[in-house]
Amino acid sequence: MIFFGASLLLILIGLYGALVKRNLIKIIIGLSIMDTGINMLIISLGFVKGGTAPIISLKSLFQKNSLLVDVSKIVDPLPQALVLTAIVIGVAVTAMALSVVIRMYSVKKSIEIDDFKELKW
Amino acid sequence: MRKIVAIVFLAIIGFYIISIFSAFQFGDKYKGVSEHYVKEGIIENRGANLVTSIVVNYRGFDTLGEVTVLFLAATGLSFLLFSCKCEREFKRIKSSLVLRTATDTLFPMILLFGAYIFIHGHLTPGGGFQGGSVIASGVMLLFLSFRSFHPNHKTLSTIEVLAGISFAGIGLLGLVYAKSFLANSVLPLGQWNRLISAGVIPLIYIAVGLKVGAELSGLISDMISTTKED
Repeated sequence: MIFFGASLLLILIGLYGALVKRNLIKIIIGLSIMDTGINMLIISLGFVKGGTAPIISLKSLFQKNSLLVDVSKIVDPLPQALVLTAIVIGVAVTAMALSVVIRMYSVKKSIEIDDFKELKW
Repeated sequence: MRKIVAIVFLAIIGFYIISIFSAFQFGDKYKGVSEHYVKEGIIENRGANLVTSIVVNYRGFDTLGEVTVLFLAATGLSFLLFSCKCEREFKRIKSSLVLRTATDTLFPMILLFGAYIFIHGHLTPGGGFQGGSVIASGVMLLFLSFRSFHPNHKTLSTIEVLAGISFAGIGLLGLVYAKSFLANSVLPLGQWNRLISAGVIPLIYIAVGLKVGAELSGLISDMISTTKED
């Protein structure tokens, strides 16, 4: 439950930064914080009480005399695999956004969003 | 005014997120596909790290798409940065002696650590993406400490292309020798918790690690080369 609260807080902080700040770099930082919050939320969905990490390196995690794993002792690995994908995509998106900012700066010599008024009507 | 509107907006979004997840029991047992992955993942793949088994084998096609997205982002970034003949106004500053000396000793170790992470991806926490990122951070250290450092872009793109081809090639081998793309029955599975085990999973993760390392290094190099040359 505490994970849910913390990730909700992170999502809202990031969204607030993206909505209120006028500096493009700060907006991207806000989006990154939101990304982290969403990743934490997805991971916390797979949490199991008393479970350990989904790495089977101990014999005691197996059921007796077989390679079948005791499910109740392991945290759900599926959300973690999905978040692994999401983190990499997040890095790619952040790099892409920063390069757009570099390009925008080279046009107007400013990274304040108020200086870009061409798309306003 | 803007802040008040933003806070009202956030309150609405927060309310809906809470009302969606209030019905969800955190910390409960799971069923369905996750249960199958955990219960029989060792029998089917022999990889001790179940997350790696899922990322590379059960959802291997997804990972191929992810690598493609990363490649597209790197290509788009270099297109965006180099399609204009903008004047470059920032200069790279000279680094201190401490940083340069530290880089001399640390850089090989960082490379080794990255390689360790992606080779042991099926046994310990870590894998191709993490190891590749560690290698790229080593390259970034080189950029920070030596002002005139330029990586060879041909070598980087050759590594990238070869790694990508070997990933897709291992997938196609699965199509030839087993029944499905990226199937894990080309190589013998081996024993649980050994370095040489888990069939093609370590091979794929080595390819992914090299590809991600080369790609992120190229990305850093593209971003840094928008600064002025001496």
